Amino acid sequence: FSDKVSSTVVSMWDKIKNVFSPASVGLDFSFPGVEHVYGIPEHADSLRLRTTEGGDPYRLFNLDVFQYELYNPMALYGSVPVMLAHNPQRTLGIFWLNAAETWVDITSNTAGKTLFGKMLDYMQGGGETPQTDVHWMSESGIIDVFLLLGPSPNDVFRQYTSLTGTQALPPLFALAYHQSRWNYNDEDDVAGVDNGFDEHDIPYDVIWLDIEHADGKRYFTWDSNKFPRPREMLQRLAAKKRKMVSIVDPHIKVDSGYRVHNEIRSRGFYIKTKDGSDYEGWCWPGSAGYPDFTNPEMRAWWASMFAYDQYEGSLDNLYTWNDMNEPSVFNGPEVTIHKDAVHHGGWENRDLHNLYGFYVQMATAEGQVQRSRGAERPFVLTRAFFAGSQRYGAVWTGDNAAEWDHVKISIPMCLSLGLVGISFCGADIGGFFKNPESELLVRWYQVGAYQPFFRAHAHLDTVRREPWLFGDENKGLIRAAIRQRYALLPYWYTVFYRSYRTGQPVMRPLWVEYPQDVATFSIDDQYLIGDALLVHPVTEEGARGVQIYLPGKGEVWYDVGTQQKHHAPQTFYMAVTMSSIPVFQRGGSIVVRKERVRRSSECMRSDPYTLYVALSPQGTAQGDLFIDDGHTFNLESKAQYLHRRFSFSGNTLTASSADPKGSFESPAWIERVVILGAGKPAAVFLKETETRLGFQHEAETSVLTLRKPGINIGADWSISLR
Amino acid sequence: MLLLLLPLLGALVSAVEVKRPHHHFYEESKPFTCLDGSATISFDQVNDDYCDCKDGSDEPGTSACPNGRFHCTNAGYRPQYVPSSRVNDGICDCCDTTDEYNSGVVCENTCKEMGRKERETLQQMAEVAREGFRLKQALIDEASKGREEKQGKLAELQEGKKSLEEQVETLKTHKEAAEKPEKEAVEIHQKAWDGECPPAGPSHVAIPSGNPLLPPPTHTHTPIFNLARIIFLPSFSVAQNARDQFEEAEKSLKEMEESIRSLEKEISFDFGPLGEFAYLYGQCYELTNNEYIYRLCLFNRVSQKPKHGGSETNLGTWGSWAGPEDQKFSVMKYEHGTGCWQGPNRSTTVSV
Repeated sequence: FSDKVSSTVVSMWDKIKNVFSPASVGLDFSFPGVEHVYGIPEHADSLRLRTTEGGDPYRLFNLDVFQYELYNPMALYGSVPVMLAHNPQRTLGIFWLNAAETWVDITSNTAGKTLFGKMLDYMQGGGETPQTDVHWMSESGIIDVFLLLGPSPNDVFRQYTSLTGTQALPPLFALAYHQSRWNYNDEDDVAGVDNGFDEHDIPYDVIWLDIEHADGKRYFTWDSNKFPRPREMLQRLAAKKRKMVSIVDPHIKVDSGYRVHNEIRSRGFYIKTKDGSDYEGWCWPGSAGYPDFTNPEMRAWWASMFAYDQYEGSLDNLYTWNDMNEPSVFNGPEVTIHKDAVHHGGWENRDLHNLYGFYVQMATAEGQVQRSRGAERPFVLTRAFFAGSQRYGAVWTGDNAAEWDHVKISIPMCLSLGLVGISFCGADIGGFFKNPESELLVRWYQVGAYQPFFRAHAHLDTVRREPWLFGDENKGLIRAAIRQRYALLPYWYTVFYRSYRTGQPVMRPLWVEYPQDVATFSIDDQYLIGDALLVHPVTEEGARGVQIYLPGKGEVWYDVGTQQKHHAPQTFYMAVTMSSIPVFQRGGSIVVRKERVRRSSECMRSDPYTLYVALSPQGTAQGDLFIDDGHTFNLESKAQYLHRRFSFSGNTLTASSADPKGSFESPAWIERVVILGAGKPAAVFLKETETRLGFQHEAETSVLTLRKPGINIGADWSISLR
Repeated sequence: MLLLLLPLLGALVSAVEVKRPHHHFYEESKPFTCLDGSATISFDQVNDDYCDCKDGSDEPGTSACPNGRFHCTNAGYRPQYVPSSRVNDGICDCCDTTDEYNSGVVCENTCKEMGRKERETLQQMAEVAREGFRLKQALIDEASKGREEKQGKLAELQEGKKSLEEQVETLKTHKEAAEKPEKEAVEIHQKAWDGECPPAGPSHVAIPSGNPLLPPPTHTHTPIFNLARIIFLPSFSVAQNARDQFEEAEKSLKEMEESIRSLEKEISFDFGPLGEFAYLYGQCYELTNNEYIYRLCLFNRVSQKPKHGGSETNLGTWGSWAGPEDQKFSVMKYEHGTGCWQGPNRSTTVSV
């Protein structure tokens, strides 16, 4: 089993028509023994890449696609030219470092063969070794390829993120629930929605303002009729420990009365046409220029615009959304910029097209860091991205639609991104275009609650869809889904921390944890969060049940809803109702929650923890918890954090430090320990003080609940069951 | 029976001090039974910041129970329940500050101030309401007067219509009678014409034939007409006169019917239980924001016109009163406006 370079292909386009035009580059790779390849997002396609014989190759070219099609290799908003190849023995990666338009063809000698055909080959002994061949082509540039040799999936993640960086650790609030729509119309509307969440007792952390908030789509400004007092509005949100995100797009209105335009123009920071004049295209504000984010000086200037005195009306609880950064040019070829537009250093857009959005988000994130003099972690959402965008914030899957197929595709789309470093991924809950039926909306909240980036968003022309507008029953279902998210925030944050340290995806395909289990290789309707939770959200209209596959020979899983134990590996039918979100905790894991869900994540900062200890068949379990202040860089600059390890064996649960380098004072304590799969003890002792703990045991489900250990989360302790 | 009431009875026991509206459920000397009866715990587990009861009743003063409620007395203002999740979350919810006793945040007791403001507001509202009732009564009186007037006018019109109809009928008979000799004359002449074509006298040249390109007139109907006029002039003018009178009468009948219809329409509108909204009929209001001019013509239609030119968009025509059952007349619905892109038709809800 090895990778080999089998042939080289040279220029495909342009060569003949113009001697000065760049030559394209290409290379073939063969993966003997491999039938499964993954990655090369962004495509609205299955997790496992399909062979492209007889059709278009997978295309990587950042585009603003109107109403994209599903199960299609067409290009979308972002590009990460990284492919993973996997078989039970080994995982490999190819990182094709090229930001020009790129196409990937995939062929396989087993494609189209049925399982029976393959078995027949095997029994006759004459079957050839399965092999997947991939053919990469880029319009320009050089061949610059990194082969990531694994051999395990985690090795590949480590190798790839050592080149491009790991997922930035988001501020904690960014992992909570985001409420967005195009548009919250004015300050009263914002106040009304904000109060609505309290009135209906639904938690949320962030309210978003789309393009209509700015004065004539002049970003960094506010419409003075709709938002006359933005600082006061932000202060009112801050008083409830909530945040706001405003959109700042990279198309700048050509208007001599607009300071941002004048400065960019006078500094020569706009992208140029091939004739050397400022490139102009049509976008939301009308005629617009496109700042050249590939120019480091431009990025530095852009970053300076986020200072509180530059971005008037901004405060420290205002964060940023970069949309349309492919870039979108309404009257350009394929709704993007002309390939012969000229960037800093004389590069044509064709050479670096897929990097533009990456740099927009980079400069914006840098601006947020600078405005706090390096103290605060940024939060920036981007639509376009490239290899490495994980360092600057979150991405979402763009302009989807209120359709069942779209909620379904959000899972493989985010899984594919996670495999190539970008873990902070989500889809517009409810669907951007069109109006969701209440059943679809409820199911989408349930899906989104278990995806890394959790934001509801909607098109300007859709009917309002705040969670309380669909009757009490649906409101209750949506509230329950959002509350599950908030209760699990300590776990999400810990998994993100591990991703930040190791490059492992937060939301991961089953095969990453069960690399030898062939049955998992094509599964993309269920997935893992970290290594402890398996999720199979309901994505079928009118579903009465779902088919669950629990992996792991000799392992057990506990249904998080009923606490019932299931043996693995097995496939079984699980009946569902509208309130069901099938989630399973792996036996052998410990998941930490906060069960006092409040109106925003910051309100829960000092709240006590509940440990869910799910015992393996051997009666053991391990887990960890990462805590810091949730928003600063002090975890790096001052080692102010706690990384705790919990371990259960020999009827003793022990808490210790997973990383003695960090230290952090937290008032939070442990209010409850729930042990799944435990027998009834005679007594339970907190060893350090020899205090007896109260407990309850449910014989039917073998669930043991320990009452109020009351120990500080930073302390070392052990609890023994006797 | 008591159990059914219990959810309403939540109580407050602060961590330090026990003050609660339903004191008798919390007796320090006895074990505490959850208000839903689900468990009995020792009293030191009440308000100990750990949730023991499924109904949350053991922690009325802490944030421990997900379904609990916290009671603020709010002396000087109104007592209030807040969800337990708002206890010690660092945000002041109760005006008496009691929900934040252990979060480090310093709240200001604003109950007195809020009470004063509320009383002032209530007073103002009472005055406004009094004035409103006075105005409403006037409007009702006016509406009922107007309605009577309209009904009177309607009756009058209907009466007038009846006599006008009779008149039209008479005039019609008259006209037909008058037209009879005319018709006969025409017929006679037609026959005459068809039988023996009289010689075309010089006075009968009806079409000037100066154009050399045209063939000379050989045979036209004009001469017949002229002939008829000459021959039957008396009967013709009588008929014309009758026709004119009839048409005139018929026209006024139509006009009268139109007035009746519009009156009937106006009377049939639901102007509220006592007709208090009648004065709004036919009134138009405009609202301008920085982009659009909105125009609302009550009981008619709503439209939106871009301020800086562009065509008008229909936001709906009068549909019905659409308030909740007990306040039907608080909301007006204008429906079937221009369709939204990929969406429903525009409609407007007017809160009265």
